[in-house]
Amino acid sequence: MTTIRVDIVSAEAEIFSGDATLVVATGELGELGITPRHAPLITRLKPGHVDVLLAGGERQQFYVSGGILEVQPQVITVLADTAARAADLDEAAALRARKEAEDALANRTEALEIAEAQARLAQAMAQLQALERLRKNLKH
Amino acid sequence: MASGREIKTKIKSTQNMRKVTRALEMVSAAKIRRAQDLMKASRPYARSMRKVIAHVAQASTDFSHPFLIQRDKVVRVGYIVVSTDRGLCGGLNSNLFRRLLPAVAEWQQQGVQVDVVAIGQKAISFFRRIKGVNLIGSVSHLGEKPKLEQLVGVIKVMMDVYASNGLDRVFLAYNDFVNTMTQKPTIDTLLPLPAVAVEMEGTVGVKLEQSHDWDYIYEPDAQTVLEHVLGRYIESVVYQAALENLASEHAARMVAMKSASDNANKVIGELTLVYNKARQAAITQEISEIVGGAAAV
Repeated sequence: MTTIRVDIVSAEAEIFSGDATLVVATGELGELGITPRHAPLITRLKPGHVDVLLAGGERQQFYVSGGILEVQPQVITVLADTAARAADLDEAAALRARKEAEDALANRTEALEIAEAQARLAQAMAQLQALERLRKNLKH
Repeated sequence: MASGREIKTKIKSTQNMRKVTRALEMVSAAKIRRAQDLMKASRPYARSMRKVIAHVAQASTDFSHPFLIQRDKVVRVGYIVVSTDRGLCGGLNSNLFRRLLPAVAEWQQQGVQVDVVAIGQKAISFFRRIKGVNLIGSVSHLGEKPKLEQLVGVIKVMMDVYASNGLDRVFLAYNDFVNTMTQKPTIDTLLPLPAVAVEMEGTVGVKLEQSHDWDYIYEPDAQTVLEHVLGRYIESVVYQAALENLASEHAARMVAMKSASDNANKVIGELTLVYNKARQAAITQEISEIVGGAAAV
């Protein structure tokens, strides 16, 4: 029986790698069943299962929350998203990031005051040391 | 000369300090491994992404994506700066900032506005002090096992501005983990995608020559797929940088703490010597006093 190499990877980890006789996934335009010698294809995946029928007849199931499926003559690659991704979720995350930056800027007081105070303290210390040295020199 | 007891307290406090620095050193040594494993695990994804992008960009030349077009005139640039959350890691962050500052200053001299997205507490507190730099997004406390989702927000902030023609270049600044002793402050061009990055790696080079023979079946269409892939690719590159920086942080901290421990050892040695000398001197003095007293009688 002919088989095809299947790699399922996410940005954070390699999830699966092996030979399969059939891969079933939910593409954006519908369910896909891919067997060896399928024509090259690339599609976005909907959240759902990716079923891999291994060469030995065993079936493995993976859940992906979206991603990309790429079919090439020798290999099928699933680039899986690690977490639920949707436009509004991403938008919320972007808003959070913006807000954190604004907070950091608005929140100048504490940390910044400490840093400034430290700088001033260091300056004062240096001046004191210089004075002390001057005094010593005068004594001699 | 300081009294014996004073020196003793000093030795004690130095020993306590050494305990802390040693503990930090060992903790970091253990964490480097884990960070490196994370780095390795995320590589196949980026590699596959690059292959797909190279192919799609090659196969369908009839359209172009804003991420791939070089813009000649530069009026506004963005920097994504990855730093650590905590200090005590030697000059890791300051080295990176020292490389960044001249670059930023040069842009500003040309009248180019600089926007910054900060990842990590140190970058946030550094850039809010820099005048003329616009901090548009930030995230911190990624922890020991950063997740891509934690970075999605800040990346989107940058990409949105770029996509709306607001930014002409986006750079990525982080510490590249070379090995435990060396971490290299690095500034990479993220957008527009440099052509080299897309065509990198031997497998792609081979495929590029055949790529006119066949094309993918796109679902739903090439434009949508390419857009999706490019977005995810940028995210994975930034994520990778965050991991590199994490490994660098632990390596730098380990080295810094090791030299601190060594220093403490030296100080303890010196102080012990002084202490013994003081004790010896006191004994000698006592004996000579007794002898002197006995001789007087």
